[in-house]
Amino acid sequence: MRLAVREAMLAFRRSPLLSALSVTTIAFSLLAFGLFSLVALNIRSALRSVEERVEVRAFLVDNTPVDSIAGLMEELSKRPEVQRVEYIDAEQALVRARAELGEFKDVFEAGFLPASLDIRMREGFRDPAAVQQVVEQVRLLPFVEEVRYGADWIEKLHRIRNIATATGVVLGIAFAAVAIIIISASIRMTVLARAREISIMRLVGATDAFVRRPFLVDGFVKGVLGGLLALLLTWLARTVVSKSFLEVDFFPPSIAMLGVAAGALLGTMVSSVSVRRHLSRLK
Amino acid sequence: MIRFANVYKEYPRTGLALNDVSFLVNRGEFVFLTGPSGAGKSTILKMIYMDEFPSRGALWVGSTKSPDIKRSAIPQVRRKLGVVFQDFRLLEDRTIEQNVAFALEVVDTPSDKIGTKVSRLLTRVGLASKATNYPRELSGGEQQRVAIARALVNDPFVLIADEPTGNLDDRATRGVFQLLKDINASGTAVVMATHNLELVRRNEYRVLEVNRGQLVFDSGDASVKVEATP
Ligand SMILES: Nc1ncnc2c1ncn2[C@@H]1O[C@H](COP(=O)(O)OP(=O)(O)OP(=O)(O)O)[C@@H](O)[C@H]1O
Ligand SMILES: [Mg+2]
Repeated sequence: MRLAVREAMLAFRRSPLLSALSVTTIAFSLLAFGLFSLVALNIRSALRSVEERVEVRAFLVDNTPVDSIAGLMEELSKRPEVQRVEYIDAEQALVRARAELGEFKDVFEAGFLPASLDIRMREGFRDPAAVQQVVEQVRLLPFVEEVRYGADWIEKLHRIRNIATATGVVLGIAFAAVAIIIISASIRMTVLARAREISIMRLVGATDAFVRRPFLVDGFVKGVLGGLLALLLTWLARTVVSKSFLEVDFFPPSIAMLGVAAGALLGTMVSSVSVRRHLSRLK
Repeated sequence: MIRFANVYKEYPRTGLALNDVSFLVNRGEFVFLTGPSGAGKSTILKMIYMDEFPSRGALWVGSTKSPDIKRSAIPQVRRKLGVVFQDFRLLEDRTIEQNVAFALEVVDTPSDKIGTKVSRLLTRVGLASKATNYPRELSGGEQQRVAIARALVNDPFVLIADEPTGNLDDRATRGVFQLLKDINASGTAVVMATHNLELVRRNEYRVLEVNRGQLVFDSGDASVKVEATP
């Protein structure tokens, strides 16, 4: 193992430029993932607080028979995506409107506001699709005058989140591909530079695993360094945004560690595959 | 020990290099492998250290059979052999003792054992005083001794030597050859390919002669028909 670490250090010294490039591309790959998942993460927490208030409000036609209302309430309560259905009569609507609008409370007259059913969605069903379904069920009933819900901007937020996630994945994969190409090239160079040494190792009875080990250590080290660099850059980006625009959340430590681990995994796996290929071409 | 049984070797682009070769090398034997250039000597040796494999027929090194051997088992076979070449194959950027230690590190020798083992081996080949020199600071004969020391790190039962004196002058040749004789006297078998017929003539060792891929003469085995070589 000591030998492997020594050889890996040597690889850095032999081709510092290519090594630095390998680390940087790994870092960029993870940075792309990191930045966009940070965006997604923050949108998600924004969504959650918004979604907590997601309600569908169905305004009822005046003088709707109590039976119809009770029937609808019961039916809606049975839906898995509905948490609670509440009947707000005209009186209550007025009280609530006055409370919400404070100084304008005098403009409301009793009977001016229609009664409504307030439908609260269960957690996990507060996305546009689920809301839409409930809305469809209610909208066409003859005694429902109008349905209102915060569909528009919830949908918008969802879309932004999906775009952010997709962009992160695509860019991350693109940079990962570049990282793979560069790591593979640097391993190819090292294998060629050390061809003589490797053939002697094999001659005196080194196992393939032993010959590969320094390359794996090298890949692991580059991956960890790349991961740490990505973490640092992501954190810097967040700090800049937090200072100048708006407060944003950072990853919890466990996710940050996972990012570094992903770098280590990427570095090690790419090295493993590519050293296998280049060694088998040797001989 | 080492046994070839009707071994054929066909290289992809050059055709048949070995044609029905059979022989047996016993424990502790010294064997010269002779024959003209391109006869197949190196090919025979490569098969022994499992760098090449027979196209037909089989051979045994100890209890290991080629070509049935699994790839992953080859390192274990090589640890029971020592191999030296005409061109020494030392690492130029390492000192003599580092070159020898390298072979020990590669087979995961505990690091506290490496130092003493290296100095014992260098003493054995008469190079203890040059331990910290680099290969380029040594004569050809000395470099070959380093290669021999390296080949001995695992206490092999056989030393494979492919023209070990091919790059050396007479004096160095005598010295290296004496070392090989000493190693053989201490119980290690030696299989040595050589063009040096004088060396062969002056020593009473067994001779295997190959020509165009065929074993044409075996001084240790009366059953092989002796043919005139052109
Ligand atoms: N790797 C190879 N690929 C294709 N043909 C080869 C290879 N190695 C050897 N040969 C062919 O096999 C034949 C025997 O070669 P080999 O190296 O065994 O001869 P040799 O007896 O060692 O010769 P020399 O005394 O010149 O070293 C030659 O005709 C050579 O062209
Ligand atoms: Mg040869």
